[in-house]
Amino acid sequence: MKEIRLMKGNEAVAEAAIRAGADAFFGYPITPQSEFIEYLMAENPEERTGMVVLQAESEIAAINMVYGAAGCGKRAMTTSSGPGISLKMEGISYMAGAELPCLIVNVVRGGPGLGTIQPSQSDYFQAVKGGGHGDYKMIVLAPATVQESVDFVKKGFDLAFKYRTPVMILLDGIIGQMMEKVELFEQMPRIKEPPEWATIGKKQGKPPVVVTSLQLQAEEHEKVNLRLQAKYREIEKNEVMCEAIHCEDAEYLFAAFGSAARITRKAMEMAREKGIKVGLVRPISLFPFPYQVINQLAGQVKGILTVEMNAGQMVEDIRLGACGKTRVEHFGRFGGMVPSPDEILAAFEQKIIGG
Amino acid sequence: MAENIIKAENIVFSKTELLSDRVMHYCPGCGHGTTHRLLAEVIEELGIQEETIGVAPVGCSVLAYYYFNVDMTQAAHGRAPAVATGIKRVMPEKYVFTYQGDGDLAAIGTAETIHACNRGENFLIVFINNGIYGMTGGQMAPTTLPGMKSSTSPRGRDIVSMGNPLKISELVATLPGMCYVTRQSVHTPVNARKAKRALKKAFEYQKLKKGTCLVEIVSNCSSGWKMTPVQANKWMEENMFPFYPLGDIKVPE
Repeated sequence: MKEIRLMKGNEAVAEAAIRAGADAFFGYPITPQSEFIEYLMAENPEERTGMVVLQAESEIAAINMVYGAAGCGKRAMTTSSGPGISLKMEGISYMAGAELPCLIVNVVRGGPGLGTIQPSQSDYFQAVKGGGHGDYKMIVLAPATVQESVDFVKKGFDLAFKYRTPVMILLDGIIGQMMEKVELFEQMPRIKEPPEWATIGKKQGKPPVVVTSLQLQAEEHEKVNLRLQAKYREIEKNEVMCEAIHCEDAEYLFAAFGSAARITRKAMEMAREKGIKVGLVRPISLFPFPYQVINQLAGQVKGILTVEMNAGQMVEDIRLGACGKTRVEHFGRFGGMVPSPDEILAAFEQKIIGG
Repeated sequence: MAENIIKAENIVFSKTELLSDRVMHYCPGCGHGTTHRLLAEVIEELGIQEETIGVAPVGCSVLAYYYFNVDMTQAAHGRAPAVATGIKRVMPEKYVFTYQGDGDLAAIGTAETIHACNRGENFLIVFINNGIYGMTGGQMAPTTLPGMKSSTSPRGRDIVSMGNPLKISELVATLPGMCYVTRQSVHTPVNARKAKRALKKAFEYQKLKKGTCLVEIVSNCSSGWKMTPVQANKWMEENMFPFYPLGDIKVPE
């Protein structure tokens, strides 16, 4: 049944995984997301739903265990943070190539390198523009609340299976670590009927099922890539998610995703109190990116300030969307620093109003 | 008149249906073809074709799924034991095997190999050890013998600067998770029969969930070693077997 609880982001997402009928979780500890596997181990989902939970020897092993389980048609997932996600990139590329569904949660910390354990949004490029090798795209959802994070577990698995492709929930250390009120959805059954493409043992009279991303003939491999690209265009057509707040009368615009959008919303309200008509656009799906929404709004406003906890990553997509219709500037704190609403407002007044 | 002699009583050999009719891409004399056949025959004899999932590596046997008539997954380089873990954990009643070369299993996949074995994952690892990277053109492998020449050890493997060959089977045999570790070869009919018995035993142990089984096949690589198949087998007997002695390394109690 539905249930309201006060929960830490990481733990709420872990609970959502059990309730979404996930079949398997393979993970490896890394701050700031270790509560995820700790919660699962404590909950013993093997007993609750039959879900398998295993602590792997590495991030690489974890994503490859996900690959194996996903190849059997199972709802498999893993979680990590920046340095661990970098290690998983090989496996993610293989899964995109072999067209396997899975859910990956990145609780982003500051990089590059070992960086810091404080929250950041500096893995935007890695998540949205590739990260692994080859021409592939991953559906990327960026929740701004613990509630959205929970709901996106269910949605993420649905999208992964609808398009047979990896889906990433791009969190950050803030959402992963903070406690919020959350409404948990009811326990869903684990899906028993394996899909046709799953390696579950050869069926009599049918050819064996093969899961692979290898195609040695270039002509054939181009066809595989064309099929993938057609799928990505379909995703772009159907799955764009975006929130626009106070944009109807907006003369200026903020653009931010995830945690940064929550802080920016406060800055927007402060600006409105001063009589400045400013709105906030929050891309929720980062791939597919809401270019059309940005393009429309860009025609209406005198300037856009993109606010990110990085040195300027999503701003490139906002500029692509704005397509020269208006000025787009970036304000960011990074390396684990979180901007305050005052700072954002000051940057807005300096870079957009005064600029 | 050929059809007249094809009577049941005249047939002395027929290919197992567990192997496809695809022409194998392996070099003449290579041990992969024989090992594939033995493995396929074992799966057929045990009647587990519809319950078996194989994992192909990166290396010469990357296309193993072309030849086995069972469901198969192709894994990233070295990751086959992790992929097999994922498969076996969500389908514990199925039979799972990985098929890996020495570079895949004992270099880039060392961590995945050791940890899968240490957890005692209930699957079979078939390990082809020919002391060289075959597919990429004969580079030094973790199993290349001291002094052995390869394209990346052109003056022979110098153990001071390049390290010693890794006896991965002896290494994993020390792990309590291991059920059965054996080293075999397939270069003579007698050896092939022994190897087949070992593979069969490994599947039987898997049914009993006794832990990980690893069957190493010391094999040749006539292309990589730059020898004829006959020379390669002779060289293998004279050089590989003294370093990698054949026989059981760990057997279940």
